[in-house]
Amino acid sequence: MIEQLVVLNPAAFSWGMITPVLPELVLLAIGVALIVLDLFAPRQRQLLPWMTVLGVSAVLLVNLGMYTPAEPGAMLRNDAYSAFFCTLCLASVILAALMREFYSTQVQSHQGEFYSLLVFSAVGMMIMVASVDLITIYLGLELMALPIYVLTGMHKKDLRTSEAAAKYFLMGVFASAFLLFGMSLLFGLTGTTNVAEIGAYIGRNNLADNASLVMALALLIAGLCFKVAVVPFHMWTPDVYEGAPTVLTAFMSVGPKAAGFAVFGRIMLAVFPELHANWGPVLALLAVLTMLVGNITALVQSSLKRMLAYSAIAHAGYALLGIAAGSASGMAAAMSYLFIYLFMNMGAFAILIIFSQGVEQGESIDSCRGMASRNPVLALCMLIFMFSLTGIPPTGGFTGKFYLFQSAVAAGYTAAVIAAVLLSAMSAFFYLRVIRLMYMSGPEQQPAITAPSVGMLVVLGIAVAGVLATGLVPGALFDWAQRAMLP
Amino acid sequence: MFIPIYFWYSAFVIVLCGILAISLRNPVHSVLAVLVLFFHMAGLYLLLQAEFLAAVQIIVYAGAILVLYLFVLFLVNLKEELKLSAFVPGVWLGRGIAAGLFVLLIWMLPSFTSGIKGNWPSAAVSQAGHTKALGGELFTTYLIPFEIAGLILLVALVGSLVLAARIEGEQSGRSGKRDQNEHPALPPHQEEVQP
Repeated sequence: MIEQLVVLNPAAFSWGMITPVLPELVLLAIGVALIVLDLFAPRQRQLLPWMTVLGVSAVLLVNLGMYTPAEPGAMLRNDAYSAFFCTLCLASVILAALMREFYSTQVQSHQGEFYSLLVFSAVGMMIMVASVDLITIYLGLELMALPIYVLTGMHKKDLRTSEAAAKYFLMGVFASAFLLFGMSLLFGLTGTTNVAEIGAYIGRNNLADNASLVMALALLIAGLCFKVAVVPFHMWTPDVYEGAPTVLTAFMSVGPKAAGFAVFGRIMLAVFPELHANWGPVLALLAVLTMLVGNITALVQSSLKRMLAYSAIAHAGYALLGIAAGSASGMAAAMSYLFIYLFMNMGAFAILIIFSQGVEQGESIDSCRGMASRNPVLALCMLIFMFSLTGIPPTGGFTGKFYLFQSAVAAGYTAAVIAAVLLSAMSAFFYLRVIRLMYMSGPEQQPAITAPSVGMLVVLGIAVAGVLATGLVPGALFDWAQRAMLP
Repeated sequence: MFIPIYFWYSAFVIVLCGILAISLRNPVHSVLAVLVLFFHMAGLYLLLQAEFLAAVQIIVYAGAILVLYLFVLFLVNLKEELKLSAFVPGVWLGRGIAAGLFVLLIWMLPSFTSGIKGNWPSAAVSQAGHTKALGGELFTTYLIPFEIAGLILLVALVGSLVLAARIEGEQSGRSGKRDQNEHPALPPHQEEVQP
């Protein structure tokens, strides 16, 4: 009896476990506070976006300043790797919250729950990127995805939104099943859920040739590829990105994708380093396929939003190339590229929201016709984002791609890099078409553009500054990513 | 002798009910197939000497969650079903992929080796008592995952309220009370959409 009591002594719980999750707890409190404010102070609704921005920024600072020493059994860890991805994910939340007010005025739909759900999703992303245990990785993934399913279907303007939400939910659950199957196989093979211990066990017991381990690897890759929308697991992406509210599309193509890549990198580099000969070429092939499908289908789109959706698929391919390299420098290049992508994609979507004037679905590419004479500043911003998405030198897109390709070549994937360079040259066609329409064709009789709100201007300012800074002085970002990859 | 027969019977029924649940046209029948599946799942837990899990499986899954599903099915008007276009071009392509995956999984099965055993072999669990062992682990080692799961439920609650409020807001569009507060500039044709 006494032994049993000792086993279950409350002292067996160490409060040290709580310390690494303090930023998550603060963010959770902010999310709950947003619900309460929305419920009990409906007149103060215009405060919600600013509260979100302030709260998330505070958490971002706390998280940056907090490095807890790694405990052996801890499930979450605040290392430099998680701090990097956390910054990326929380920045995407801040930018989305800033864009939301302008967007909701345009489409005339004010729902305060948007902000709390966004913050809950951010908690999920923080848990994902900080997880070193399969259980918390999976739970964080679900916590990240669930609010986004709801947000996708929040406006019921037409059936497309509901369809997008239903499709996203079904495909997300399907992907989770693959992921869980792979994780359970890994747990059965090694008897532990800790990522580092699994990797060590595989190395100790020479499991690398084991067929069931290869199967677990394949299932995990399939599940993760679904989550980050890599070909051939991308079928849901264009419809969902097009059907979802534009602010959410901007957020989805950056934040959750980055969190997915964080898990991808952590699992591949920590669990399966011995199997790199197996997964490296597969991921490189998938990366090339992704760029191919994304860029070629983007060519023929007439809707600006759908074009950006396919371009989001293509850019996942570029980032995947960095993971396929299987080295710390490759992962660091992928991380920096995702960070640059945050600026250029958020910026492009912000311009899209301003241009489309609340027309939810059919934002034709013609809406930017003659924009240079109607609003030169916005056109200039769009020019910068399109240059960066193409990868033209003075912008961040160029430096990001440069480091990615360099690390992939160093890992021996020369053919994949040649394909990637050719495809990004091809992508210039549809990115620069937007610029051509803005600058080279005359304005049509179109209603005047609503002046962007303060939040929108802040987003544009941050995005332009980010794209130019990472293009002109890329050292700081790449150093940070390199340091994050050091053990 | 009895145990392998019992296992194969349960496994067969689980697979059969799983296939039935996704292929039956009537959603109520699907839910009933899942109910049978859950009972046999509880049987498998008994085989592993996990009595507590078996009981929870029946009480929570079969008793609470499935009954909730049934309520939802009865309350929701299924004539307004949302139809999605197929994700894969042909039915047989999907079936082929599933069969291929099945063959691959069977093929890898012989090479499976069990990993290190944890701190709780079944003898230790039955000595400490199922509830005690489970509760102790859940609230110490696995406290953080447990809390995250709770948070997921909170999000599910908020999310379902948001989606339900959206539908309610549309339907009360005719009375116009809510919409006058929330959407001052609701276009007039919205009111004609609702029958």
